[in-house]
Amino acid sequence: MPLLEIEDLHIGIEDTEILRGVDLNADGGEVHAIMGPNGSGKSTLAKVLAGREEYEVTQGSVHYDGEDLLEMEAEERAQEGVFMAFQYPVELPGVSQQNFLKESVNAVREAQGKEELGAADFIKMVREKSDLVDLDEALTKRSVNEGFSGGEKKRNEIFHLAMLEPRLAILDETDSGLDIDALRIVADGVNQLRDSDRAFVIITHYQRLLNYIEPDYVHAMVDGQIAKTGDKSLAVELEERGYEWLSGDGVAESKASEGNASENGAATEPEEAAVA
Amino acid sequence: MSTAETEYLQAKADQEYEHGWTTDIESDTVEPGLDEETVRLISAKKDEPEWLLEWRLKAYRYFDRLTDERDFYPDWAHLDYDEPDFQNMSYYSAPKEKAQYDSMDEVPQELLDTFERLGIPLEEQKALTGVAVDAVMDSVSVATTFQEKLEEAGVLFMSFGEAVQEHPDLVRENMGSVVPYTDNLYAALNSAVFSDGSFVYVPEGVTCPMELSTYFRINEQGTGQFERTLIVAEEGSYVSYMEGCTAPMRKENQLHAAVVEIIAEEDAEVKYSTIQNWYPGNPETGEGGVFNLVTKRGICKGDRAKISWTQLETGSAVTQKYPSVILKGDDSVGEFYSVAFTKGHQQADTGTKMTHIGENTKSTIISKGISAGVAENSYRGLVKINEGAENARNFSQCDSLLIGEECGAHTFPYIEVGNPSAKVEHEATTSKVGEDQMFYCHQRGLGEEEALKLIVNGFCKEILAELPMEFAVEAKELLAIELEGSVG
Repeated sequence: MPLLEIEDLHIGIEDTEILRGVDLNADGGEVHAIMGPNGSGKSTLAKVLAGREEYEVTQGSVHYDGEDLLEMEAEERAQEGVFMAFQYPVELPGVSQQNFLKESVNAVREAQGKEELGAADFIKMVREKSDLVDLDEALTKRSVNEGFSGGEKKRNEIFHLAMLEPRLAILDETDSGLDIDALRIVADGVNQLRDSDRAFVIITHYQRLLNYIEPDYVHAMVDGQIAKTGDKSLAVELEERGYEWLSGDGVAESKASEGNASENGAATEPEEAAVA
Repeated sequence: MSTAETEYLQAKADQEYEHGWTTDIESDTVEPGLDEETVRLISAKKDEPEWLLEWRLKAYRYFDRLTDERDFYPDWAHLDYDEPDFQNMSYYSAPKEKAQYDSMDEVPQELLDTFERLGIPLEEQKALTGVAVDAVMDSVSVATTFQEKLEEAGVLFMSFGEAVQEHPDLVRENMGSVVPYTDNLYAALNSAVFSDGSFVYVPEGVTCPMELSTYFRINEQGTGQFERTLIVAEEGSYVSYMEGCTAPMRKENQLHAAVVEIIAEEDAEVKYSTIQNWYPGNPETGEGGVFNLVTKRGICKGDRAKISWTQLETGSAVTQKYPSVILKGDDSVGEFYSVAFTKGHQQADTGTKMTHIGENTKSTIISKGISAGVAENSYRGLVKINEGAENARNFSQCDSLLIGEECGAHTFPYIEVGNPSAKVEHEATTSKVGEDQMFYCHQRGLGEEEALKLIVNGFCKEILAELPMEFAVEAKELLAIELEGSVG
């Protein structure tokens, strides 16, 4: 049984269907990349997996470690080892990272039947993990994301990932808005966190991140479905050819072409709105 | 906020006020009603000198004259409540056995238990180290701890009643000098009928060796609580004073109208901290709860004096208070740090007045308002720079945090500048606990309560940091308890 098992998942928001039958299995040790154009539904998938509530599951199922993931509250999922690095990390003014992460790490540990981490061990862990992702230690003492630069926020997400040691890590466009150096640092961090028990689902717009994080599988998402799955060479192909050749490929059934294009356009807005 | 969060928070709203119990103790309570006889009776019960009775009577007559006028009631604040019926409440209540206790051994066990239950142990060996406590139940000071140790340092810390007997000159010279009985309706009422309170005197050059704390408890039904606090800090002295308060759950409203006066001489510093947790009324219906209508003012009389007010206001159905500082001495400093948390049907109109008279005077105002449920929370503050106040400086920052959709936050800053060299800055923000913030916390494994606690504590951080350590812990716990009942 794979760690993450998505079967025929249909997701809507208000009256618009965004995901239209997604199937995906991911197991520990695997890195899955999901690529796709704007509005294809890839960020929606990430948010649904993390437990964002405004989406409606109209069909299908998601199992995590054999359990019905969609039945679990967001915090329960996190406690059970599902982590999402946010596309737009949220600022928490006045909430110190140390306090936040201490509560966070201990909530996860408690749910997993582990002992609470003492202050000294916690500080040690902060030091180790911030080194691992090359995050300035000063940032670990500031308020969560407050006044961080775009790159610092993204790097901080990877730091949180390292601290929480999840079994399933979802990266939602972590590469967007990063310059090449920041990208390399983030990728380095992720590579160091690859582990035979940990699955990564990396959502990205561009192939360039995959130059640094080598995926085991690349899924092309078009019109709310996975149109094609391949190895890392697919990412290069997508970068060269774009996605259009996939949308008419019979994946989105026969009525694809014109009708689909407009639906696709309609689907763009709610997703962008939800992200904003 | 999403439906699930709203439901969760709504469910939490049923949570009861923690201190809503009463103590079963016989008390000596005068009949409801207010006239000159009531004032004489209170004064006689307290065995007061003639001058004090005269002063009370003058205050009463002023109050009486005010209430004869049309529109006498001060209703300019952003508050909506029925004015109290002054003839329908009792102005004096004291535990029956003895109005004044000479030593801790004489204090009835029920009273000790009452304060123990509130987390205020009065037996010195059990008391928090480094904090001397004066406990006031209804109208009477029950006990003051650590008096001997304070005496060694020359610090006087006792109930107001005792101070009148033992140090009449000090009281007579200073009371009413910062808040005259003509200041406002409630100052007049308090001056006429005040029953007890605390008195602090720190002699020249003395740093008070411990935190001083007064704990106020309303117990008796249908009584008002009118206490006076007077703090005199002589040249070069330092004292940190804290007050806390709770009341039982009652269906009718109870009136609390206190007066606090602080006098800081040259180079003296007074730090005054309040945790106000009076009964806020029924969160669903708004029934009952304390009307907390208080006048607090300090004067930096000498050069380089400093007065700082820190308050955490979480209780009361209605709160109206503006702890103020008159900056008379040159280079004197006034500070106001406030967190006002209103939920359910609570209303608060609170802030400060900083009056700059001396040269190079400085004031800082940081106010944090948090509203949940259908509560209304207003900041109202006056910064006044007088003509002679060369190079006066003020910085004000007022932040509001809204939890849910139905509450309100308002900011009313008044700035009067009479000297062109003044620098006055005002910043204000309003933010909502956002769905994104909550989701971010959930995604890191934190439930509703932990997430809200972190966000609210983060919002109040600067203020909580101003509280003395012994109080900061209590404050954080209190905020956490308050949050459990906040409605989205």
